[in-house]
Amino acid sequence: MVNLVWLGMIVFGIIVAGAKGNIDVVTKAALDGANNAVKISFSLIAIITFWLGIMKLAEEAGLVRALAWLVRPVMRFLFPSVPKDHPAMGAMVMNLSANILGLGNAATPMGLIAMRELQKLNQGRVSASDAMCTFLALNTSCVTLIPTTIIGIRLLYGSSDPTDIVGPTIMATSFSMVVAIVVDRILRLLYSGKGR
Amino acid sequence: MFEIIAELSRWAIPMILLVVPLVAMLRGVKVYETFVDGAEAGFATAVQTIPYLVAMLVAISIFRASGAMEVLVATFSPILNFVGLPAEVLPHAVMRPLSGGAALGIASDIIKTYGPDSFLGRLVSTMQGSCDTTFYVLTLYFGSVGIKKYRYSVILGLTADLSTLVASVFIVSVIFGSGG
Repeated sequence: MVNLVWLGMIVFGIIVAGAKGNIDVVTKAALDGANNAVKISFSLIAIITFWLGIMKLAEEAGLVRALAWLVRPVMRFLFPSVPKDHPAMGAMVMNLSANILGLGNAATPMGLIAMRELQKLNQGRVSASDAMCTFLALNTSCVTLIPTTIIGIRLLYGSSDPTDIVGPTIMATSFSMVVAIVVDRILRLLYSGKGR
Repeated sequence: MFEIIAELSRWAIPMILLVVPLVAMLRGVKVYETFVDGAEAGFATAVQTIPYLVAMLVAISIFRASGAMEVLVATFSPILNFVGLPAEVLPHAVMRPLSGGAALGIASDIIKTYGPDSFLGRLVSTMQGSCDTTFYVLTLYFGSVGIKKYRYSVILGLTADLSTLVASVFIVSVIFGSGG
């Protein structure tokens, strides 16, 4: 699927650019994209290094384990393949909480830490585990209580009530989260034992 | 309510930075050494995402710059209008999982053109707030641990995004009415 989407974007993009007579943009776009990717990765060095340090402290202090224990019933249901009280559980909870609070800078490093822990359980395979698929589905469909950026834009263009979309946003995203959890279960069954 | 959440968001990280090292110290952890131990892997983790992000962002960038979006929109808007989804938000719906910045640009454009309190303005605001940059997140998270086979997570992510789109249209229509 990812192969198809990737190839599709490139092939379709080049054909359209060629047909519209602006094939020149392709080369520039490719280099811009690559440049942007490296910039993003480098900008992650600082926050990942910082949060890895803090998370190691939290782990040694037993705080990650305690957090995992607190939300055990929910996490056991969502991630049956992850042992209870595993550090991955704590890191995933931290990531999802940071997402909900809209703390993008903290959410990403914690998510990457959770992935490291999940990859240990996945025994270093190059193929995603069930738990990883569930975690990413939750992560991308997760509620953000206050979508600050869009509220700012609404305010900028003179909305009479910039925050009136918060309720609908929470409803829409809650719905998609439920859909994600249900579809995840179905796909997990369909794909079980396949392609690992 | 918003004030409480906003306040909570502002305090969350300083509180973590206060509580975590303090508790660690009280439990006999050598705080400085442990922090450095953990932080050691930061550089490698960040740099490991480079090939994955380059691959994905190059494809997205070509797709965006080529004008392929306009072709897609022209092809699909009759179908969308037929099922009751306003075609004006289609570029946003296509771009949202691919590029956060591009989607935000499209959203502010719609808000500017139709007004923030119009149906389209509210719809695109809801869509922007309730979705995430699915492809970026998948690429980054999987890339950081060297996962190359994404199995069903792409279909799963896109299904969730599609359900957000449908739910947003429905909820915004019901709450605000589709007239305004």
